[in-house]
Amino acid sequence: MTLLETRGLSKSFGGLRAVDGVDFSVTAGSLTGIIGPNGAGKTTLFNLISRALPATSGQIVFDGRDVTRLQSHQVARRGMGRTFQATTLFADATTLENVLVGYRQRTTSGLFDAMVRSGRLAREEREAEAAARESLKSADLAQVADRPAKSLTQEQQKRLAMAVALVSRPKMLLLDEPFAGINANQSRGLIALIESIAATGITILLIEHQMQVVMQLCRRIMVLDYGKKIAEGTPQEIRTDPAVLDAYLGGHA
Amino acid sequence: MIAPIVALAIAALVPLVVRNEYYLQILTQAYVFAISACGLNVILGLAGQLSLAHSAFFGIGAYAVALLATKAGVPFWFGLPAGVLLCSAAGYVIGSICLRSRGHYFAIFTLAVGIIIHLVIQKWESLTHGHIGVIGIPGPGPLGPLTFDSSVARSYLALFFLALTVAATARLMRSPIGRTLMAVRESEALAGAVGLDVMAAKRMAFTISVALAGLAGGLFAGFIGFLGPESANVEMTFNTLLYVMVGGMGSLSGPVAGTFIVYGLSQVLAVLQHYQMVIFGLALVLLIRFMPSGLAGAWRSR
Repeated sequence: MTLLETRGLSKSFGGLRAVDGVDFSVTAGSLTGIIGPNGAGKTTLFNLISRALPATSGQIVFDGRDVTRLQSHQVARRGMGRTFQATTLFADATTLENVLVGYRQRTTSGLFDAMVRSGRLAREEREAEAAARESLKSADLAQVADRPAKSLTQEQQKRLAMAVALVSRPKMLLLDEPFAGINANQSRGLIALIESIAATGITILLIEHQMQVVMQLCRRIMVLDYGKKIAEGTPQEIRTDPAVLDAYLGGHA
Repeated sequence: MIAPIVALAIAALVPLVVRNEYYLQILTQAYVFAISACGLNVILGLAGQLSLAHSAFFGIGAYAVALLATKAGVPFWFGLPAGVLLCSAAGYVIGSICLRSRGHYFAIFTLAVGIIIHLVIQKWESLTHGHIGVIGIPGPGPLGPLTFDSSVARSYLALFFLALTVAATARLMRSPIGRTLMAVRESEALAGAVGLDVMAAKRMAFTISVALAGLAGGLFAGFIGFLGPESANVEMTFNTLLYVMVGGMGSLSGPVAGTFIVYGLSQVLAVLQHYQMVIFGLALVLLIRFMPSGLAGAWRSR
């Protein structure tokens, strides 16, 4: 079953076609990687899929619905979580508060509940805290729950960003270079975390620069170059694809 | 929980000790301006958006009370909620437009909106009497056994509304809505990615913010009894901004403390007339250099 599909998805910045007619689909429950040289349009593609940027043309279907014209929070509420390349958190807030914000989309208390301190608010706050603590535990961050997010290590921040995205139990998680800026030793822990997330049935789509990590983690890989999809297949197929070798090694066309 | 009760108790005792009419009026006005500062703190401190249209909404609330009372004979106690509602409605619509811009552009946009509203009030002479202003605005009438004709009673009434404002802001800050506004302030991209409607959150903060400005304006009109267009001008916005910044943006009691310090000081320095701005200007530069989070921030990190 297809969870996400893009048809002819394109984005132009002035004269530059950052993403150029990408047809791509992701099977539910899969762990798919997107690779490509710098400036290939990987992050732009993520921003289009998560609706952080409007597409110039093309269509995005997520979970059986056309989401091309929705706003980012509406796609998020349909079950699409994401992290950002430059690890983005609510820096001054505590680790726990960060995850609580991630859970907010599943609660309904409004201004009136806050003013009268309604029973619904109290119930939802308990529910949110339980979910947040659970999520921190599975990301191995329970011991830093009350520390400001900005005081965590780079690797802890990456895990926190995932916990924030996961606490609302999305169907799909987009990870933008989760391994950037951390050492090989820490990478192993993060690989294990991503595999455990995938094992719970959440579909994962990740952008990554480090080839060996992508080859190890992903069953399917899509390769972008100059905004176009140049190859798609298993790690073995990608490794031997002439177009991919050309793009990466800079051979002549 | 102790500190606010102690502060409230002290505030409640002051009018019993200070019987000077002039000082009581200054005190009452400080309460009223503190309500407005709390309002600015909601959009600026909590949601992180610098609105420079704030006193225009103070003016709308004030003129609503003044004109309803003098032109249509509507008593203060009906005019005040009507003014707050009018401000909220105007804030919702104006916020929906202004909040499409971000950062400095939002500040500039709202500055222009504030100037336009001030000009409308000043130039619409058939309604507002322009520069002459509105005189003879009836104050708050009796509520059951309570009368509000004396300065002492009026200071208590203003204190009551200020306490209500602070309590409501406290509940807002400590609720999921407070966290949503924090998320919007810290990263709009991430807030959207976790499913928060950034525009709706900012619009709500803006509406609450201007509703409090309108409440303060309405009280101001009823207490002072006369009203001129300068109550809605940009200078008033910057005064309120100074109160919030001195006290500490985003803190609960900071804007109230800031109002008392700066407004109190401006009364002491009133003999200097416009030259007092030289002192405030210097003080602001030093404050931003050494206490960027205001007094509340300095207190927290002491």
